[in-house]
Amino acid sequence: MSTAATAVPAAILPGRGGIGGALSDAFWRKPGLLLFLMLTPPLLWLGVIYLGSLFALLIQSFFSIDEFSGMVVREFTLKTYGELLRPSNLDIIVRTVTMAGMVTIASAIIAFPIAYYAARYAKGRWKAVFYLGVMLPLWSSYLVKVYAWKLILAKEGILTWVLDKLHLTFLIDGWLALPVVGGNSLSLSTTGTFLVFVYVWLPFMILPMQAALERVPGNLLEASADLGASPGQTFRNVLFPLALPGVIAGSIFTFSLTLGDYIIPQIIGTSHLFIGMAVYAHQGTAGNIPLAAAFTVVPVVIMGVYLWLAKRAGAFNAL
Amino acid sequence: MGLKIAAGVGLAFLHLPILLIFLYAFTTEEKSYQFPPPGLTLKWFAVTWNRPDVWEALGLSVRVASISTVVALTLGTLCAAAISQTKFFGREAISLLVILPIALPGIITGISLRSAFNLAEIPFSFWTIVLGHATFCVVVVYNNAVARFRRMSGSLIEASMDLGADGFQTFRHVILPNIGTALLAGGMLAFALSFDEVIVTTFTAGQQATLPIWMLEELVRPRQRPVTNVVAMVVVLVTFLPILAAYYLTRDGDQISGQGK
Repeated sequence: MSTAATAVPAAILPGRGGIGGALSDAFWRKPGLLLFLMLTPPLLWLGVIYLGSLFALLIQSFFSIDEFSGMVVREFTLKTYGELLRPSNLDIIVRTVTMAGMVTIASAIIAFPIAYYAARYAKGRWKAVFYLGVMLPLWSSYLVKVYAWKLILAKEGILTWVLDKLHLTFLIDGWLALPVVGGNSLSLSTTGTFLVFVYVWLPFMILPMQAALERVPGNLLEASADLGASPGQTFRNVLFPLALPGVIAGSIFTFSLTLGDYIIPQIIGTSHLFIGMAVYAHQGTAGNIPLAAAFTVVPVVIMGVYLWLAKRAGAFNAL
Repeated sequence: MGLKIAAGVGLAFLHLPILLIFLYAFTTEEKSYQFPPPGLTLKWFAVTWNRPDVWEALGLSVRVASISTVVALTLGTLCAAAISQTKFFGREAISLLVILPIALPGIITGISLRSAFNLAEIPFSFWTIVLGHATFCVVVVYNNAVARFRRMSGSLIEASMDLGADGFQTFRHVILPNIGTALLAGGMLAFALSFDEVIVTTFTAGQQATLPIWMLEELVRPRQRPVTNVVAMVVVLVTFLPILAAYYLTRDGDQISGQGK
């Protein structure tokens, strides 16, 4: 015991041996160094490659194309944006935004019962069933989903067969005879495009909606009912305002995804162009990169405004 | 009651079209999408099996998805660790940057990469596809890893250090076992995402065909519909397995050590 003084450990341990030890010590002394090393690879990748490409694209939208030679003139001009405002191009923008709006509203209406049931009533095993029931369609192949609808909407397909058995074929013929939404067959009509958009993006609406609804305390709904509100009044005055951030969060996805898609309207729908198809056509066969770039600025600006409004409505807490 | 029916109908709406794909893979009809199928056969599975173009496309897709997943795992984990363990200026901006490739429509990512390749005179290759895919796969890994890091208590790492482990030992024996399943789940989702991606790929692939590109060509100009049916069914099955696995891996994520903060 009296010799304890010799056993007192040093207050400061000696450095660890080897390169690993030295590195480990260096990271401990300078946490900034470790942070720097950790952030460099992802920032190089995303910041340089990705953001760099985005800015390069943005810059090209201020170039223009020489009508005679078809070559891109690398001088600053607003001519391309002037071209974007031509009536035919404005038509494309209006058509796409209208479609995105309709798809968003329809998804919200169809998503609500699923999200509400999953959030309020489903317990245990059923909760898992609902969760997977939304996740599997969300993650299964986008093209396969589009393909499935090509099968469904085909003239000789299942939908016609079912309606024929129910003797309701006149319904579909009547609908297809209508001017804007109709067409030769469902797979060649705007209605078809709309249906496929709703189907493909619906899971993106259900998930944030369910997350928001799960956070609504059940006793609020009971209180509302106790105070004499009808179910409709409770929905309008209590449930809907509280679930709204979730709806807006979901609408960010449905709106943005519809704005940029060019494959669905190409496979199912009329020959009228959407923004995505216009971008694809201009950069591809036409080789008009400046106009294609200017077209991509449209969804970016729309989504920027949309995200800003959504942030003000508190939608990001529901993501 | 009405709610129950509406929810059920909604779920059916989500699943019936996918089930229909399974039926069509067995149809004897070659020329049209006739329903109900005039007969059922297994013949098209054999035909598809002997198609070299399908195998080539599948091989390319698997290789691209594997490499993209590895890149996304590395970058996503690094980013998640940096964001969740420390506070520094510009943190919000970095998390926004990670989410951006998936928040903006895919066509924008695609066309900007393509024009950048053009400007830099990089020819299309296997690596240009990987470049595009890894960019938007980072976010899935990042999301999974960040969620797990948040639930993991920082005191665990401090305890490990106090007990004399160096940084690498702490990473190997304390951090990795705790985030392992989240990374595995993130990696599987990244694989599924890359395996299925078509919009960005059309811009970065040039003449090469991944499986989704092959399908897209068949959709625009159908050549042999029964083969497409079979491929569609196989793609559904191949993507379902990682999703189910990822679900079971993250489901038990609540039982993480060091949770009681």
